[in-house]
Amino acid sequence: MSQRFLLSRRLLGTTALAAVFAGRFAHAQSREIQIAAASDKPGNIDMQLDVNGETHKLSLDPRTTLLDALRDHMGLTGTKKGCDHGQCGACTVLINGVRMNSCLSLAAARDGDKITTIEGLAEGEKLHPMQAAFVKADAFQCGFCTPGQICSAVGMVAEMQRGAPSAASMDFDAKPVGSVEEIRERMSGNICRCSAYPNIVAAIVAASEGAPT
Amino acid sequence: MRAFTYERAKDIDAAVAAAQQPGARFIAGGTNLLDLMKVEVEKPAHLIDVSRLPLKDIADAADGGLTIGAMVTNTDLAADKRVMERYPMLTRAIVNGASAQLRNQASTGGNLLQRTRCPYFYDVSKPCNKRQPNSGCSALQGINRMNAVLGGSDACIAVHPSDMAVAMMALDARIETKGGSKKGRTIPIAELYRQPEGSPERDTNLEPGELITSVTLPPAPAGKQSYRKVRDRASYAFALVSVAAILDIDDERKVRSARLALGGVGTMPWRAREAEQGMAGAIASEKTFATAGTVAVDGAQGHGGNDFKIPLARRTIARAFTDLSAKA
Repeated sequence: MSQRFLLSRRLLGTTALAAVFAGRFAHAQSREIQIAAASDKPGNIDMQLDVNGETHKLSLDPRTTLLDALRDHMGLTGTKKGCDHGQCGACTVLINGVRMNSCLSLAAARDGDKITTIEGLAEGEKLHPMQAAFVKADAFQCGFCTPGQICSAVGMVAEMQRGAPSAASMDFDAKPVGSVEEIRERMSGNICRCSAYPNIVAAIVAASEGAPT
Repeated sequence: MRAFTYERAKDIDAAVAAAQQPGARFIAGGTNLLDLMKVEVEKPAHLIDVSRLPLKDIADAADGGLTIGAMVTNTDLAADKRVMERYPMLTRAIVNGASAQLRNQASTGGNLLQRTRCPYFYDVSKPCNKRQPNSGCSALQGINRMNAVLGGSDACIAVHPSDMAVAMMALDARIETKGGSKKGRTIPIAELYRQPEGSPERDTNLEPGELITSVTLPPAPAGKQSYRKVRDRASYAFALVSVAAILDIDDERKVRSARLALGGVGTMPWRAREAEQGMAGAIASEKTFATAGTVAVDGAQGHGGNDFKIPLARRTIARAFTDLSAKA
């Protein structure tokens, strides 16, 4: 039995554990994975991905998307795969502070970028204000879209603070920046099939009012 | 997804040189190319990542226009204060397209070169002349509600999906390139795109390995600008019809000049020059603008599911100019 096989068996164990204690064991787990993924398969690309402040040295097939690298090679399964075509927003992460669809980005192309996933928003046990607002407003039902919604909302608040326009604020019957109608427009890249939208918007309004400007 | 090799280009010359190898493609934001690779509509053998090239600036051009680096994201272009002030139709067009996440990732050059969203182009089990030359067009007799009514041929009625490019078409943007047989050139946007005719697999007149490096907008023309998009959902949907309009009228409410480009209806971003010429010198009235709408879709051909786009385009054009004349 090769050492690599042993390592991957260990990984399966830690992945299952991480699914139960999401977040809490994510760090220990990702360090394990760095070792396992350092294969020398022909055609693989070496890359360093900076995720939630930790550097991951990986050797991956060039086809690997950032989403698959996070989920399958770093054990960071908080970021969800919904449509895998950039239409649903479940895979939204922050890249250098900017929200993007991780399913439409090659992992290799993100070498050197600072990536923040849902696992990286909280400071220890202290939830990010957007996470806390989602909990308080009951802004989810099944929860599958929630990591993407929260990362997207954090990116959205930063965009508003930078003065980035939206179709609602630029449109013919312009809505004020930060209004409910305007936030709905800015969040249109995140679908919630349970349709928890009213509470999602309420959470974002509450969190963005408290956000530093 | 088919296997490919990947490199990150260190500079423009290296990117252009690498593009000589067979099956090579440039990738920037990747929002469209990677999506198409997943369904194996696009099968590049080699990807040249141009996203880090130093083409991310927006600079004032010598003639009073604006030069936009090809790697400027859609978000950054829409949010640029000079664009919002001098070319508001461009900001409106961009923020009315895609989602915020996609606009954060997509580049200016990539937006221009995005491919059609015709469902048969995406469905590799169906004939499509754009994807597989000479295999036939499924849309002509199929589900064609989103397809083109202007510029189509017996081979293809796929719509060019960009909003940004429609505004740039009205603004007479110029596309600057490197590589190709001419080692770089400037192409008016109207000549960047081509109608499908017998070879719909080619969306543009770019040569293989030719890289868009920047887009220059001439000084903004006189008059008020707007971009009006009609779609199935209030947000994050492709256009059924979109209208990029510029209107300049004098004190006696006569039209000095008008510009009109259409999205969602053409096989390329569609400039309606005859309608523009028809408005020049006329009184700015609902009748004038209704006529402009009629002229703009003269020769349009529906294919059943998309017949509605012809009257919708006519009315959206009339509405866009009527609203602009009320502001002028």
